[in-house]
Amino acid sequence: MVETEKITAREEVLTVKNLVKHFPIRGGVFKTIVGWVQAVDDISFHVYKGETFGLVGESGCGKTTAAMTLMRLYNPTSGSAFFGGRDILSIRGSELRGLKKNIQMIFQDPYSSLNPRMRVKNIIAEGIKTHHLASGRQDLLDKVADMMKKVGLSADHMYRFPHEFSGGQRQRIGIARALAVEPQLILCDEPVSALDVSIQAQVVNLLKDLQNQFGLTYVFVAHDLAVIKHISDRIGVMYLGKMVEMTDKRSLFNHPMHPYTRALISAIPIPNPELKKNRTILVGDVPSPINPPSGCRFHTRCPIAQPICKEQEPLFEEKSTGHFVACHFAK
Amino acid sequence: MAMKTESRRILKKLVKNPTAMLGIFLLVFFIIVAILAPVLAPSEPGKDPFKMLPAKTAEGKMIWSSNPIAPDSTHPFGVIGKYDVWYGVVWGTRSAFKIGLIVSIISSIIGIIVGSISAYFGGWIDEILMRITDMFMAIPFLVAAMIMTTILGKGLDKVTIALIIFGWMQVARLIRGNILQAKEEQYVLAAKALGIRNFWIIVKHLLPNTIFPVIVQISMRMGSLVITAASLSFLGVGAEIGYADWGTLLNYARNYMMQLDKSWFAVVYPGIAMVLFVLAWNLVGDALRDIFDPKMRA
Repeated sequence: MVETEKITAREEVLTVKNLVKHFPIRGGVFKTIVGWVQAVDDISFHVYKGETFGLVGESGCGKTTAAMTLMRLYNPTSGSAFFGGRDILSIRGSELRGLKKNIQMIFQDPYSSLNPRMRVKNIIAEGIKTHHLASGRQDLLDKVADMMKKVGLSADHMYRFPHEFSGGQRQRIGIARALAVEPQLILCDEPVSALDVSIQAQVVNLLKDLQNQFGLTYVFVAHDLAVIKHISDRIGVMYLGKMVEMTDKRSLFNHPMHPYTRALISAIPIPNPELKKNRTILVGDVPSPINPPSGCRFHTRCPIAQPICKEQEPLFEEKSTGHFVACHFAK
Repeated sequence: MAMKTESRRILKKLVKNPTAMLGIFLLVFFIIVAILAPVLAPSEPGKDPFKMLPAKTAEGKMIWSSNPIAPDSTHPFGVIGKYDVWYGVVWGTRSAFKIGLIVSIISSIIGIIVGSISAYFGGWIDEILMRITDMFMAIPFLVAAMIMTTILGKGLDKVTIALIIFGWMQVARLIRGNILQAKEEQYVLAAKALGIRNFWIIVKHLLPNTIFPVIVQISMRMGSLVITAASLSFLGVGAEIGYADWGTLLNYARNYMMQLDKSWFAVVYPGIAMVLFVLAWNLVGDALRDIFDPKMRA
């Protein structure tokens, strides 16, 4: 069984510690900083080799920002992330470019993520050329053709432009571009949320196939719990820039400890009209990340909140083996 | 293939648009005149053809009087200030192309470099470059060009330099705005994620998606630049005396402004040439804008 293998291997590929990303808000005549958007505020997690780590949460909770910061598309405010023995949040220059061969990203929007004026061949070949992975023109062409076949595209379409493809095919091109540089870790930023449901399954299954074929590790960002449940081995739940719960898939869905996770899981639709479900409906909106609530950030909407939640921020602790929760009343 | 259909689409649109065709026709006409200048108006062998020599009579004698001579068979466009207007108009076409092309291309390159660096890197780099751009924009263009030519001295090459120095700001602003918009696209993030160098991200990803409005602007400016150069020549701070240039001819006509019945040809012929030249570039520019505007695509 694959799963037991993963449990015995347990080699950490990526270890994120206290990652913080705050965006400044500038205002006034002199564009001085008037506030901070606390997009990601002190999150820690680790990803094991060969697994898919799902990062889930509602819009604006900072999951995409976390992925972008790990890809170094944003500069981190503070924190560290260890990958291959190096803190990837502090390296620069040529070392950083070298890192980008090993960590790649798949983007959310298949329409905006491909340069409309570049042929598919050049889109896929760009990374191969940048990291000198081909030994000549013919080798480059072979690699591109091979990559296209691997993601389920016809190599004959190499000289087409992105607008000649459908959304699902475009996402496959984006996957081929990321995969072409032979990375170890791929950060998937909601790779299927812009696609039709029927296409979503195809792309998710393609990602799974590729993972088995190349031994890839994924960090999979999504807001759709059904997709996350399908693809992930371990899951981290984020709320308003904080990681509130992190554990393997089974214990998250069978035994969620954080009230926010419980509310999320109870909101998954069940295709059975007979079954009456006990839904936990959250009241109110997500508070602003500019002025997050004191103490536990979830206390304004939490069904079991107590006075302590307002005053004291709960620690992100391991409550049972491999099951981390940040809640005063987790059990 | 896609690129071919794209260029074929552009070509089809151009052919179908009568005003665009008129513009292209005029442009081709001017290009032919510029190429055939040595045939249409032979210059003295071994001498700089752009330095006009005093016209000669039908018998081959030099004309020494600077009074205007009405058009006749030897001087089809007449003679003004000792110079043959036909010769000036024909060789002036070359001067017009020279000024227009050099100034618009070099100033656009400067504008593209400044604008793209400013927009791509942002922050204090953007702040500094844009304030410099503002400084250049704050100086009235004609005044600045006149001051530059007084400092550098007379001559068409000096005019060219002055026009370049004070002509790059619009392009810089235009490209900056376009890149600010385009750099948020995910394909730019993807290129950054692949570890591609900033220079190549600008050249291969950003410029191809932002440069078309600049091309339209270049063609629009080609015409107006020639007018500006001519007005400098007309004011006497442009081309040196006797340079084959439309503005210089108009400068001679200025001395006979009160006697237009005697010197009309010195105003009308270079004037027509200038009007048609500007018209040609504007029509082509309009057509290009229609083609590149995605909203106009049918």
